[in-house]
Amino acid sequence: MAEGRARRAAEGVRAYRLIAGMWVRSTMAYRASFAMTTFGNFAATFLDFVAIMLMFSRVDALGGYPLPEVAFLYGLSATSFGLADLLIGSMERLGRRVRDGTLDTLLVRPAPVLAQLAADRFALRRLGRVTQGALVLGWSLTRVDVDWTADRLLLMPVMVASGCGIFCAVFVAGAAFQFVAQDASEVQNAFTYGGTTLLQYPPTVFAKELVRGVTFVLPLAFVNWLPATYVLGRPYPLGLPEWTAFASPLVAVACCALAGSAWRAGLRSYRSTGS
Amino acid sequence: MGAGRLYAAVAAGGFRRYATYRAATAAGVFTNTVFGLILVYTYQALWDERPLLGGYDQAQAVTYVWLGQAFLSTLAIGGGGVEDELMERIRTGNVAIDLYRPADLQLWWLAADLGRALFQLLGRGVLPFVFGALCFPVSLPADAGTWAAFLVAVILAMLVGFGIRYLVALSAFWLLDGTGVTQMGWLLGYFCSGMLLPLNVIPGVLGEVVRVLPWSSLLQAPADILLGHADPLPTYLFQGAWAVVLLGAGRLAQSAATRRVVVQGG
Repeated sequence: MAEGRARRAAEGVRAYRLIAGMWVRSTMAYRASFAMTTFGNFAATFLDFVAIMLMFSRVDALGGYPLPEVAFLYGLSATSFGLADLLIGSMERLGRRVRDGTLDTLLVRPAPVLAQLAADRFALRRLGRVTQGALVLGWSLTRVDVDWTADRLLLMPVMVASGCGIFCAVFVAGAAFQFVAQDASEVQNAFTYGGTTLLQYPPTVFAKELVRGVTFVLPLAFVNWLPATYVLGRPYPLGLPEWTAFASPLVAVACCALAGSAWRAGLRSYRSTGS
Repeated sequence: MGAGRLYAAVAAGGFRRYATYRAATAAGVFTNTVFGLILVYTYQALWDERPLLGGYDQAQAVTYVWLGQAFLSTLAIGGGGVEDELMERIRTGNVAIDLYRPADLQLWWLAADLGRALFQLLGRGVLPFVFGALCFPVSLPADAGTWAAFLVAVILAMLVGFGIRYLVALSAFWLLDGTGVTQMGWLLGYFCSGMLLPLNVIPGVLGEVVRVLPWSSLLQAPADILLGHADPLPTYLFQGAWAVVLLGAGRLAQSAATRRVVVQGG
């Protein structure tokens, strides 16, 4: 059983690598276009940060956080989300594939559907977003006043990886939802793009109920708010205990497991449009 | 059929067409509401630090957020108006069929876009705005006159918005692949219309520049009339002047394109 599952996972990774590689080669045929769209991707997300910088040209702190700390939250959120978007952002297109019937082509191929769909139209230009997030994060690290102990250093890569995992789970769950509501792909944007925008600001900005919602219901707070408040030595949102800062990997695994079962349920319920 | 009735029918068609996508509309309402929520809290934090920033009080800033969410898809600030389809028709060569019609190309697409915009305003714009007005302290005028003045500014905003996007779409006659122009169009639109931050908050020369660009007609101008921040007449003149300039430029570009056009496909 476990062996079969491991083999299937390996198959999925292999299929993903092959399809993604094919898309990379095809986009590289038009290098100028690739460079422009990557830059566009970079510029689009950079504008969000310009808005934050303009806000800080008028104030010294937002929700009690100065610019470097907001940039720290921004960089972590944008990098984790950017990585998830790069890996499986194409899954948004599921609703369209259900509507026009092209999902059926993927079902008959001897490779896991999730891997095929995630790699479909793999867009390397999304590195633009990751780069932008990483640059803001890098800048913030030179400015924040942090006592860099071993656990804080270790928490950095763990945070980015778990955040990426949590956002991947949101993408997969959103795609599963599109089996039910084919036209409603935009709902997913509220949780993906909306989620990353939310996390770019300090938790102190938002109402308690909203913070509770993104901690206990859709646990986005584990992407950066909780681990980052530990790194920055700030009071935890909702007065949560200190160990929650280290719970992100577990939360990410749990989210992925839940999203995975939602995906399987969605796929089972799929009936082709059959046109 | 009279010309007026023809374009009215095209506009009604545009309205009906977007009204068919009910689940997509509901999804859009949800997403606009979520983004409105996130923005409202950040604006409240900003105005807590600096009351009367940009001349708005906190309630006015909150109202501005919900107006922005109502206008985002109405004015297709982030793209998604009829220009996408027009561009596709130019790329595939189907635009040749449009040119044979006994109707003006620009007026035809303007009518279709106005129908679309009206549906998006009613279908996608009103609900997030009402939600925002009920759940947060907002600043709304009590007199019908201000609302009427605001609606006129919204209609002018629709004309300016279409004027910009029509030029973006026509660029496909020369470039064929309009992805880059479209992307630049919505990037500029997003920032310069005040979707990210009210334009009166942006300091210095940058602020002065974005306030005279056409995009300020889209969100900032109607918002300032509703919030009692600007007089209607000068605002209309500003919006109207940009509408004339942009639609005129669109007309010039259109005649240049149709004179030298080489239609794709066959």
